[in-house]
Amino acid sequence: MIEARALHKRFGSVEAVKDVSFTARNGEITGLLGANGAGKSTCLRMIYGVIAPDSGHAAIDGIDVQGETSTARAKLGVLPHATGLYGNLTARENIAYFGSLQGIGAKRIARRCEELAHSLEMQGFMDRRVKGFSQGQRIKTALARALVHEPENLVLDEPTNGLDVMAIRKLREMLQGLRAQGHCILFSSHVMQEVAALCDRVVIIGGGLLLADDAPAAIRERTGAASLEQAFLRVLGQDAGVQ
Amino acid sequence: MRALIIVFAKEFIENLRDRRTLISALLFGPLFGPLLFGAMVTRMLDQNSFEADSAPQLTISGSELAPGLVRYLKSHDVTLKAAALSEEDAKAAVRSGREPVIVIVPPEYPARFESALPAPVLVVADSADSQQRKNVDRARALLSNYGSAIAQQRLQVRGVNPLLAVPVAVHDLDVATPTGRAVAILGFMTYFVLFALLMGGLYLAIDSTAGERERGSLEALLSLPVQRSALVGGKILATCAYMCLSLGISLCAFVVVFRFVPLERLGMSANLGAGTALKLFAICLPFVPLGAALMTFVASFTRTYREAQTYLTSVLLIPTLPIAFASIYSLKTKGSLMFIPSLSQHLLMTSVLKAEPVSGTDLLVSAGASLAVALILALLTARHWRRETMLL
Repeated sequence: MIEARALHKRFGSVEAVKDVSFTARNGEITGLLGANGAGKSTCLRMIYGVIAPDSGHAAIDGIDVQGETSTARAKLGVLPHATGLYGNLTARENIAYFGSLQGIGAKRIARRCEELAHSLEMQGFMDRRVKGFSQGQRIKTALARALVHEPENLVLDEPTNGLDVMAIRKLREMLQGLRAQGHCILFSSHVMQEVAALCDRVVIIGGGLLLADDAPAAIRERTGAASLEQAFLRVLGQDAGVQ
Repeated sequence: MRALIIVFAKEFIENLRDRRTLISALLFGPLFGPLLFGAMVTRMLDQNSFEADSAPQLTISGSELAPGLVRYLKSHDVTLKAAALSEEDAKAAVRSGREPVIVIVPPEYPARFESALPAPVLVVADSADSQQRKNVDRARALLSNYGSAIAQQRLQVRGVNPLLAVPVAVHDLDVATPTGRAVAILGFMTYFVLFALLMGGLYLAIDSTAGERERGSLEALLSLPVQRSALVGGKILATCAYMCLSLGISLCAFVVVFRFVPLERLGMSANLGAGTALKLFAICLPFVPLGAALMTFVASFTRTYREAQTYLTSVLLIPTLPIAFASIYSLKTKGSLMFIPSLSQHLLMTSVLKAEPVSGTDLLVSAGASLAVALILALLTARHWRRETMLL
């Protein structure tokens, strides 16, 4: 479970996140939706603890990220906006590097590599150097890297950026599989169809504020919109031209 | 500590697979110095032996007009080449480099010589050509010596003591060679050693910082439950490992080069065997973490490979400054200078190469000062990595 409580962050004179609270539950996929620059990445970065909130706090499975950063992080898999891999290492070595930095032993890493190679269908390229990988192979490797320590919780920042249709479809299936295993998944996006197709719950933020936090159907109902996209624009108060 | 070792191992192995790193760290960096050094010394030797061995040669035009001069030159082992050239032809021949120097005896020479008036002799030479300066100087010296000899004869004939015409006797005592030359050469060598040392870590320092940012792997790395200081420590340590390799290769190459270049012929006693090379390695070792921390620190502020390369090229120049300073002011190894990293290594290495005794205190101060600066830089780097701005 991932909790954000009254998160606030200012960069110089810009208030990136003003007041955002929400909860992402186990066995659910929670979508963090917002226009470019709405504060999605900043929210997620505060959740996985690479930037500190000015006020408010984030917690993973009830563990405060600021107070016990390492313990909280160990329960979290992160796929940041930039999913860079080490080109001169193989997929397996990339995964193992993060596994060993998570504090896992060599045996468990080897076992996890086999499991992940199987579940993410990576057998064909596990021992090839990452340098020549396709976008789809990269995202699989990055996802495996984020999951190597078997975290209950997974945070993904715009994971579908730059992926082709096939790879997006694949990613969707992978996330649904993780949900079925009872994982808590929080991912950000500005692509409506993605969120509509995948999420059990949608958190909409705009201008650093929380605008909605509900099931997609409930948001549609509340705004009286036919599609989630319309609902989104209504929530943002920018639907003048849509109807 | 465990994380530090993991980061170290990963950086070490990853860069072992990178051709760019390998070429600069283990090939170009360490071998460039010794090869250039070998070429330089060999060339100096060639020039030197040319000067010593070759009998002076002189082209003379109108030799039949000055039989006394010709006799004098021949008696001083000068090989004369007679030619009949006009002033213009002679100039053209020297300008084109066909003749190093030409002496012209003009038609009025015999008459003026007979009447004891200054008899003209033209020396055609190119003063811009430093290669021929020795030949020209030698020709001038021979001509003026001949003049003095004639003058003394004339005074004697007239009953005057010729010594009256020599009020001052000047003796040159040149101490510049060969020690001065040796010091200049050793200055080059120590710089090449420090250069190889830094080059060894250059690409790794870039790859593990700016490279991490540019390929987008930094944020994932920073979101792991690992102390930032362990990340920085592992990266600096991996950079150190490559620098040690590069330093070792460079010193080995110098040992080989010294075997083929007979430095004794330059009057240099500097000898570089395996034992001396080990001493040099030990002297440079404390400078390795300093260089690694400095390069990692600077590269941590840059966003791209190119940017890091630009800044670090200036960092590579840092060790040259004290060495240049040392050769301008001809500094000698002494206590207070041991506090200055790179200068202290240069001075100590020079002492070892000249087989001078090196005091233990100097070694300790040099090592201590370098390691202290290294530690400060490493801590500053770790502090920078803990900042949020690392990601922005």
